[in-house]
Amino acid sequence: MTLTTRRSFLKAGAASAAILPFLKSLPAAAQAAETLVVVSGQTINSLDLHRVGTNRASYQVAVNCYDRLVTFGRKEMPSGEMSFDYSVLEPELAESWDISDDGLTLTFKIKPDAKFWDGSPVTAEDVKWSFDRAVSVGGFPTVQMKAGGLNRPEQFAALEDGTFQITLDFPSKLALPDLAVPVPFVINSKVAIANATEDDPWAMEYLHTTPAGSGAFKVARWDQGQQLVYQRNDDWVGGPLPTVSRVIVREVPSQATRRALIERGDVQMSFGIPDRDAAELADELTVYSTPIANCINCVGLNTIFEPFRDPEVRKAIAFAIPYEAIFQAAAYGRGKPLWGGEEEINDIAWPRAFPYATDMEKAKAHLANSGFPDGFDVPLSISLGLASWMEPTALLIQEALAPLGINVTVEKIPGANWRTAALVEKTLPMHLENFGGWLDTPDYYFFWAYQKDRLFNSSNYFNEEVEELTNETLHMPVDDPEYAPKLKRMFEIAIEDLPRIPLHQPALNVAMNGADGYEFWFHRQLDARPLGRSST
Amino acid sequence: MSQRAVAVGLRVAQTLPVLIGVVLISFLLTRALPGDPAAYFAGVMADAESIEATRVKLGLDKPMPQQFIMYVGDLLQGDLGQSVGTGRPVLTDLAERLPASLELTLSALLLSCLIAVPLGVWAAVRQGSWVDHLCRVLVTAGVSLPTFFTGVLLIYIFYYLLGWAPSPLGRLDFIYIPPPHVTGFYLVDSALAGDAETFFATLRQLVLPAATLALFTLAPIARMTRAAMLTALSSDYIRTARAAGLPPRKVLYGYAFRNALLPVVTTLGMVFSFVLGANVLVEKVFAWPGIGSYAVEALVASDYAAVQGFVLAMAVLFVLLNLIIDLSYALIDPRIGFASK
Repeated sequence: MTLTTRRSFLKAGAASAAILPFLKSLPAAAQAAETLVVVSGQTINSLDLHRVGTNRASYQVAVNCYDRLVTFGRKEMPSGEMSFDYSVLEPELAESWDISDDGLTLTFKIKPDAKFWDGSPVTAEDVKWSFDRAVSVGGFPTVQMKAGGLNRPEQFAALEDGTFQITLDFPSKLALPDLAVPVPFVINSKVAIANATEDDPWAMEYLHTTPAGSGAFKVARWDQGQQLVYQRNDDWVGGPLPTVSRVIVREVPSQATRRALIERGDVQMSFGIPDRDAAELADELTVYSTPIANCINCVGLNTIFEPFRDPEVRKAIAFAIPYEAIFQAAAYGRGKPLWGGEEEINDIAWPRAFPYATDMEKAKAHLANSGFPDGFDVPLSISLGLASWMEPTALLIQEALAPLGINVTVEKIPGANWRTAALVEKTLPMHLENFGGWLDTPDYYFFWAYQKDRLFNSSNYFNEEVEELTNETLHMPVDDPEYAPKLKRMFEIAIEDLPRIPLHQPALNVAMNGADGYEFWFHRQLDARPLGRSST
Repeated sequence: MSQRAVAVGLRVAQTLPVLIGVVLISFLLTRALPGDPAAYFAGVMADAESIEATRVKLGLDKPMPQQFIMYVGDLLQGDLGQSVGTGRPVLTDLAERLPASLELTLSALLLSCLIAVPLGVWAAVRQGSWVDHLCRVLVTAGVSLPTFFTGVLLIYIFYYLLGWAPSPLGRLDFIYIPPPHVTGFYLVDSALAGDAETFFATLRQLVLPAATLALFTLAPIARMTRAAMLTALSSDYIRTARAAGLPPRKVLYGYAFRNALLPVVTTLGMVFSFVLGANVLVEKVFAWPGIGSYAVEALVASDYAAVQGFVLAMAVLFVLLNLIIDLSYALIDPRIGFASK
């Protein structure tokens, strides 16, 4: 097998995944039009999103190698970039679907020609098994399924003739979109069950290293900590067939090295580059900087700490923050400003600019009215893992608050402890936070960040009206006449109470050199399917 | 000869308490880390309930003594545990990554010895000459330039500007497939497989990171060689040898250099141990899948089994290294024997 010539390799074509390990090197021709090399600083630590400990970068495997029943549509944004379109749902594995009049029963018809990589057809039983798995294994997948009202295996039923049915406990506008996020992907249950054991009924061990899906790409090689090689599945029916036959995702931890590689054109795409590189490379390469949907970089003021219980103090800080300087120094102007908005709330756009802007006179006036006219001492906590934007931001805030007599000491917390301190125990008086919600509705953001005891409510914020309004709007259809007024009221309270002061909407930056077709997706991971090689 | 075997056996036996100490301390220290692995691994959206479920799954809900007994029990069976981060046995991870680090470190040390030792000797012999000054400049540069800077600089010059070096993409460019696994050292494995193409591809990838590390390790070795040579050259036995009319070559290499080797070997051992830990920065810059970056990722995630496995592997390595150095003393200097112990 080692004697395979390059020509016979090319003839072998798609079967190459199997013989790949026996070749010393990939044929030179494969490097050209058919192969795309992507570098990323993150490491893929599992091929199974449902496993405990699977990191964010690994979600791309669920996107590229597996299919969901439905997916979001695509739209061109005003900037000319392509993005997912939350308002449109399109078929992926499901050919069509039907929602009962009471909104409680969702019935999906699975595409009859959909096949797993091993050639077996995708059946409703496979979908049921996969959904059962997602709601049963616990951890992140189960939490995400709950967001769409999917809690128990009994809610899923495999009917005859490739029909799959979901029964909801209550109608929810989040149910269908929640089926388009990476979590409810469809696994080849025959293969998985064959590799399950008594201790491991969901085949976590097996699928961790060996995906079994129907997606656009198969995994040809996975060298943990080094690279993942995707090989196109030519029988894919979930969408338009990818134009490249192989995508190599190479892990390069050093930013400087990644930049050298993309500038030299030895790789075609650098995923998730820092804002600074994006600003500097924008002239020579194709750089996409898409504001991340439903994500806000903000200052959290913990309302259980004395100075921040005083609304005047919170407003004083909101008027003192040097927004523009932070946007330029920490984000290099990438993303979207979220300050200096209109006083009046006329729409339900979110993330939205709050009606605060840097105005030291107003800041001083508010502080003078508060219980702390002479200022106070406070630590401002930042995560070392997110230091690239948090550190300059914290320093600028420190500098800006000094004239008010508010003495800020910047406290750096190692990445591993950040979650525990900021989100789980919520013990940081003043801190920076950057939650982003996958489901792109304002109520979903409020659910995670403004409701009592929710994980991302790092400010310990509690307001009875917000609780109630969030609960009411969360599952309400967006075209309900009551929806917009209720949201506006929620915005009003958030703007008045200020447990979180928005700074800007951060961007996801991607640089391309010799590739095209990039689309921004809310999960912020590489969707390799639409990518292609371009001549430049 | 059997006396020597007994001596080596005793020396090995001495390492046992060290290893037991390392096992205990690494266990306690990882638990003393402030992060909560259950919260970390439960994922971004986890609520209290799923964090608790994760804790049970990871076995962290059990009392600490029980966790320790289970850990030691597994250890005695050669099981280092399961890394949550990579989802694989720690032993597999280490077996894959340790050779990568060792290959890099050993080639760097070989390179730096080839340069530093002759340079040190020469500088000592021609004290105050241009060689001596060159040695001084190299040593100062080596000590004062941090490895990540040297690495990025070398990439900038040799890859970005000149295009001589291959893409800094780890152990092999993506167009090559790793050689069949025998030792885990790509150079050795590709040579064993008789695959010249992969061998040279590996070598090309190795040049820049090895040079970066070599520059860093060159300094202590060159300085120590120079100092040891100067001491040796000014000692009585050299004067005697010279007075006896021995040829300069014999004096220099037969007597001075051999005596100067002892402190150099000691330094080499120390350099090796700290480079193995310090090359994490070089690994990051050159996307080298080594053990340093593995340990750092494990630490960040409070991945207990992986951190403990790393510490233990390092401890074993250091113990072995010290043993080898002790044994090599006896080879270099017959006065140091094991009989005296």
